[in-house]
Amino acid sequence: MDYGYHAWMLVAASLVIMMTTPALALFYGGMSRSKSVLNMMMMSFGTMGIAAIIYVLWGWSMSFGPSDVGMLFANPFSLFGLDGVSGQDYIFVGFQLTFAVITAALISGAVADRMKFSAWMLFVPLWLTLSYFPIAHMVWGGGFLGTAENGLAALLFDGDPLPIDYAGGTVVHINAGVAGLVLAVMLGKRIGFLKEPMRPHNLTLTMIGAGLLWLGWYGFNVGSIVFGGSSPEADAEQFLSETSLVWLNTTVATAAAILGWLAVEKVRHGKATSLGAASGVVAGLVAITPACGALSPVGSIILGLVAGALCALAVGLKYRFGYDDALDVVGVHLVGGLVGTIGAGFLATSTGLFYGGGASQLVLQVLVALIAMLWSGVATVIVALIVKAVIGLRVDEEDEIDGIDFAEHGESAYEIGPGSARRTVMVGSASGSSGSSGSSGAPGSTTESKENEGANA
Amino acid sequence: MKLVTAVIKPHKWEDVREALETFGVTGMTVSEVSGYGRQKGHTEVYRGAEYDIALVPKIRIEIVVDDADVEDITGIVVKTAQTGRIGDGKVWVSPVETVVRVRTGERDGAAL
Repeated sequence: MDYGYHAWMLVAASLVIMMTTPALALFYGGMSRSKSVLNMMMMSFGTMGIAAIIYVLWGWSMSFGPSDVGMLFANPFSLFGLDGVSGQDYIFVGFQLTFAVITAALISGAVADRMKFSAWMLFVPLWLTLSYFPIAHMVWGGGFLGTAENGLAALLFDGDPLPIDYAGGTVVHINAGVAGLVLAVMLGKRIGFLKEPMRPHNLTLTMIGAGLLWLGWYGFNVGSIVFGGSSPEADAEQFLSETSLVWLNTTVATAAAILGWLAVEKVRHGKATSLGAASGVVAGLVAITPACGALSPVGSIILGLVAGALCALAVGLKYRFGYDDALDVVGVHLVGGLVGTIGAGFLATSTGLFYGGGASQLVLQVLVALIAMLWSGVATVIVALIVKAVIGLRVDEEDEIDGIDFAEHGESAYEIGPGSARRTVMVGSASGSSGSSGSSGAPGSTTESKENEGANA
Repeated sequence: MKLVTAVIKPHKWEDVREALETFGVTGMTVSEVSGYGRQKGHTEVYRGAEYDIALVPKIRIEIVVDDADVEDITGIVVKTAQTGRIGDGKVWVSPVETVVRVRTGERDGAAL
């Protein structure tokens, strides 16, 4: 492929990096309580640290490597450490690396305020290995849920239609959503859940985060093009038309989802909220993710409206069923991912039910979603049990009440009130009070000696 | 000397300050506080979850004044801060034994 495409992929991968740090960290951090905002943001930064490394070591090999194992995953050792991967392809490794990072980081919203940071840092690589890499392989790497000649679509419909997951409705959002649900249940509810107010501590951060997520999502969706490869001319034509379509669909679906979410809020509670707008943005982006290459712009508007409205209702499910998915990973990512994945079965212009394509696409989309949910659910249970046995999942009760930021990281996000912190350890010379005078006369020591005299007198 | 303490609605603060300055009050201590009275708090909704927010934001003004000015000053605060709606706040007066100006060491009347 040409330089233009390569340059775009460098940009696209960098945009997706931004989605985790800082966009998701801000989006989630603002929604958490002031005593746990740093831990919330650290889960994104920590994920970046660990996930990027294991992706290079065995993630790429296990997702897109050449030696398939039962159409479920690829041998993690065949391309270990990118051994045998051409240098030109590194940016494709990089692009997929950013997807693994954001998917794991998305789960952190479900476990706010109460998960040990060490447990999180062990959970992430294990979960990626058992859940993310296999599902990425199944859907995109030549496995059972993708376009392979002997995959699910071939078994059921002779390979026509093929499953639609353009940029990760199943791999990223359904996967993260199920994992969030399972982990939230296994961790247990936050102390005070349903009893004390747990309102977002800084929605301005959340709105900035949502805006940055939206921007980064252009890299995520538009960068996910896969070429037909029949001829250079055909690929060039596809590049021009498909990137334009995906960009526009991503935009209008998200816009429509803002309206959908706010409309539900206005009807139910009388006010359109800023958190609703920020959440609508993410719900729309999630839903259009699998469908952005298959829908028309008008179809995308419909999908976005439905996603915004349904997710606005779905965030209430946790109160009905009593699971503490703190920042609504289920309500936004699982439900939004399902809306997009299944919605493509209705709205895909080539094969969708609403476009006279019959029900096969719809059936296929539902089955792929269900299999992904099952895999993710089982894998997450296994990983969480391992982490629980090795480290333990949850911080002490006292630490949770006092705030996980200090307990786990030794920090607090905000100094509230003047002089609430006293410096007890002096680092370097004690010339802080001498300002920029630069004299070697050390006023600090003068003060000290005076104090000593006073003490002696 | 008396300490006049007023807890008022935040949006009335500028009006009260102006009126007090016009009367001749030269200084005061102001803090952002939160609390509730008979109005109780209010309800906020986040992603469909309703929270009763018990504490509402208020402004607290503290002024130390001569006994002679107490009635005028409390009257000005009450008149300017009043909207007639619930949650307008309260003003109370308490005795003050001694005041010292830190810069000069002046005491009581001279320190006001």
